[in-house]
Amino acid sequence: MQAIESFEVPTPPKVNYINAQYGLKSWLLTKDHKRIALLYLGSVTFFFFIGGLYAMMIRLELLTPQGDLLQSTTYNKVFTQHGIIMVFFFLIPSIPATLGNFLIPMMIGAKDLAFPRINLLSWYIYLAGGLITIYALLAGGVDTGWTFYTPFSTTFSNSYVVATGLGIFINGFSSILTGLNFIVTIHTMRAPGMTWFRMPLFIWSHYATSLIMILGTPVIAITVLLLAFERVARVGIFDPALGGDPVLFQHLFWFYSHPAVYIMVLPGMGVISELVANFSRKNIFGYSFVAFSSLAIAVFGFLVWGHHLFVTPQSVYAGMIFSFLSFAVAIPSAIKVFNWTATLYKSSISYDTPMLYALGFIGLFTIGGMTGLFLASLATDVHLSDTYFVIAHFHYIMVGGTLMAYLGGLHYWWPKISGRMYPEGWGRFSALVIFVGFNLTFLPQFVAGYLGMPRRYHAYPPEFQVFNVLSTAGASILGFGMLIPAIYFVWSMRYGKHAEANPWHLPGLEWRTQSPPPTENFEVTPIVTWDAYEFAPREETEVVGKFGPELERI
Amino acid sequence: MSEHIVPVRIYVTIFLALLLGTGLTVFAAFIDFDKHGFPSQFNTIVALTIAVAKGTLVVLYFMHVRYSSRLIWVIVASALFWMGILFALTFSDYLTRGWLSVGY
Amino acid sequence: MIEAHATTEDVHAHPALQHHFENMEQQREAGTLGMWVFLVTEIMFFGGMFLAYTLYRSLYPWAFASASNHLDITLGAVNTGVLILSSFTMAMAVYFTQIGKLRPQVWCLVLTLVLGLTFLGIKGVEYYDKYEDRLIPGYLIPSRPFGPAVQQEGQPFDEHKLHLLHGATVRQVEMFYWIYFAMTGMHALHMIIGAGLISFLIYFSLRGRYDPEYHSPVEVVGLYWHFVDIVWIFLFPLLYLLGRHLEHG
Repeated sequence: MQAIESFEVPTPPKVNYINAQYGLKSWLLTKDHKRIALLYLGSVTFFFFIGGLYAMMIRLELLTPQGDLLQSTTYNKVFTQHGIIMVFFFLIPSIPATLGNFLIPMMIGAKDLAFPRINLLSWYIYLAGGLITIYALLAGGVDTGWTFYTPFSTTFSNSYVVATGLGIFINGFSSILTGLNFIVTIHTMRAPGMTWFRMPLFIWSHYATSLIMILGTPVIAITVLLLAFERVARVGIFDPALGGDPVLFQHLFWFYSHPAVYIMVLPGMGVISELVANFSRKNIFGYSFVAFSSLAIAVFGFLVWGHHLFVTPQSVYAGMIFSFLSFAVAIPSAIKVFNWTATLYKSSISYDTPMLYALGFIGLFTIGGMTGLFLASLATDVHLSDTYFVIAHFHYIMVGGTLMAYLGGLHYWWPKISGRMYPEGWGRFSALVIFVGFNLTFLPQFVAGYLGMPRRYHAYPPEFQVFNVLSTAGASILGFGMLIPAIYFVWSMRYGKHAEANPWHLPGLEWRTQSPPPTENFEVTPIVTWDAYEFAPREETEVVGKFGPELERI
Repeated sequence: MSEHIVPVRIYVTIFLALLLGTGLTVFAAFIDFDKHGFPSQFNTIVALTIAVAKGTLVVLYFMHVRYSSRLIWVIVASALFWMGILFALTFSDYLTRGWLSVGY
Repeated sequence: MIEAHATTEDVHAHPALQHHFENMEQQREAGTLGMWVFLVTEIMFFGGMFLAYTLYRSLYPWAFASASNHLDITLGAVNTGVLILSSFTMAMAVYFTQIGKLRPQVWCLVLTLVLGLTFLGIKGVEYYDKYEDRLIPGYLIPSRPFGPAVQQEGQPFDEHKLHLLHGATVRQVEMFYWIYFAMTGMHALHMIIGAGLISFLIYFSLRGRYDPEYHSPVEVVGLYWHFVDIVWIFLFPLLYLLGRHLEHG
């Protein structure tokens, strides 16, 4: 541990990317990827809060079997908007646009992403899409379900479908530009010595995510445009009465929206790889397997969308193909879980807050993934489709998985991002509260769904009430648990303990510069001669990690 | 500077080939291949083949892919492959619908 | 900002080198790769519409053939030629930039722009004809909903009337037309954007911004323009040449 513990950052004047320039303009017109990451952090949290408010309304309504809090039409809007905001404005951008933007250049030893101005543009596009969607919500909302199935969305719905679609369409460009930026950066801007197989797995995950972003998002873009076209022009693209096929809409919609769930979970997996290796002080077990699994998930994820169409007129033969492929796509995810577990085995685990979130992820993602198998199997899916089982399944992955990974990553890199430590005691406490609250919310939903409770209903038969009451109780605990980090992160920015360059004492490249980093990330471009998770010192590491003006670039 | 400069005569040749292809495809469009014993939908096959050939020439020479790195080749091939996935799996549904007369 | 490079390239850094790149080569490589990745998204974007076209054509073959025959093949073929020529002039513009000949470079860019605008003009004429014949789908133009005049058997041939082949219905023909407008409209939009980009290139070329060492923007806009050409190379036979052999065969 010699080379890492005794590493010294040259002590520059305390100028970092946060105080390098003052003023609103320096933030709103910044080209610095770290500042842009913070801009995203703020906006993503804002949208999460709005999505959370809708969730609260859902859970309050579902406390009683009667539809007494909201009218059915209002309830339709509430669950639709919960889905749209959470999927498009929180889950898809959260980890890539905040942690990815901040860390990718640092982890590969670059000064910034390949296209800094496009990075800023993608944030403005995200805001534009978000604001248009909020306008649609305030003007009257949309009630089609986040899936916008036709012909209800094209012909019969009287809500703001086109406006919402426009917001989603614009937001898609934000995703595309981010993915484009990441791919080009990773290919062309790695520091000398940073080969593909020395990169942290966080980068591999984000590369795979970016592939999905650029290959899938354009299809939802054209789908939403065609939806709007049909609604405005009253032509029969997807409306059977006018000669169209509604199943075509579902094919096009899910061609993107299934890979989209991998956009949501892959970055989380990248964070977990970092947390597991670093908080167990052990090189990740099977690095190349984990790296290739990320790519495999990205590729296979495009081959399974038909499992969302099992109960439509889609042909049974196509259904069988999609079912088989859906089982296959579970394999790379399982490989990752095995490898994380094998990394933890006989390692030196420190139960800091990030590790707690990582452990939570591994368990909850596994449950979520395994319940997906019931849905991938044709016969059981007929029974479980459109029930609360599906809802519980994807919330286990999105909240139990992605959200936990996001929180874990935020805690882990908080000292680097802000230069302050969060209060560890409160961190662990809130991680546990969130874990308990989450399971109490969603575990009963598996049972309710299996027993037949349909989704998207604001009233239900009384025999399901007990599950809903448990679920709402859990949701309150979950909500309370999530407020705590929101408070202490803000608190820490003023009153938190100052963090040194490498507070966790880890080998990653991002820890080899001050906290918070200077605008150009590194004083001198590093030359990398070590692997991503090198915890055992080698002879050569004596020289590694010390930069200074006398070190010449090759 | 490591970029390759494509000679003008290649550009001219490709341009003429593209014009020729256009003329050919228009000409072939008026011939009823079905009547002359060719496989069905042969007109479509001819038209698409010529279009693919023209597109390939543009990609290879006007867009310099012939002289570009392996990475660019992989990118172009992947894009076409992904469009292929979209088509293949969607049509695996539409083409097999009539096969089973149970329910749907 | 602390400049901490130990390199000797600083002294000769090209004025267009951006601070986060090490050298012009890396910048150029990143720019080209970026445009190719963007073109991948474009391929998938148009791909969705090609899928819809393929599906509905297979469902309504006679209607599609009827509608296709009603398109003006001369204008379509001329437009194809115009676009191919513009691709050639664009490639030549890149060539002249690479060898540092400013005047031919600017001329080629101007020609490309003019040809592109010609394409759009001819497209406009075609769209206007559709408007006249009431072939704009649905209620896109509320005062003029889809309702073409259909050629009746035994009456003299009227080129403004739609000739329906066996079993095709007007509703099915409308399916062709929304696809036609969606695809050519989206294509035209991309051409307008391309024309805008080329205008920028002309402006900056005249100000001497590009030279053999830095001409990435010209190359990259060229890639975009060629892509737009390729989309049309596929659109033309699929939309215009579907049923010609049925009418005259």
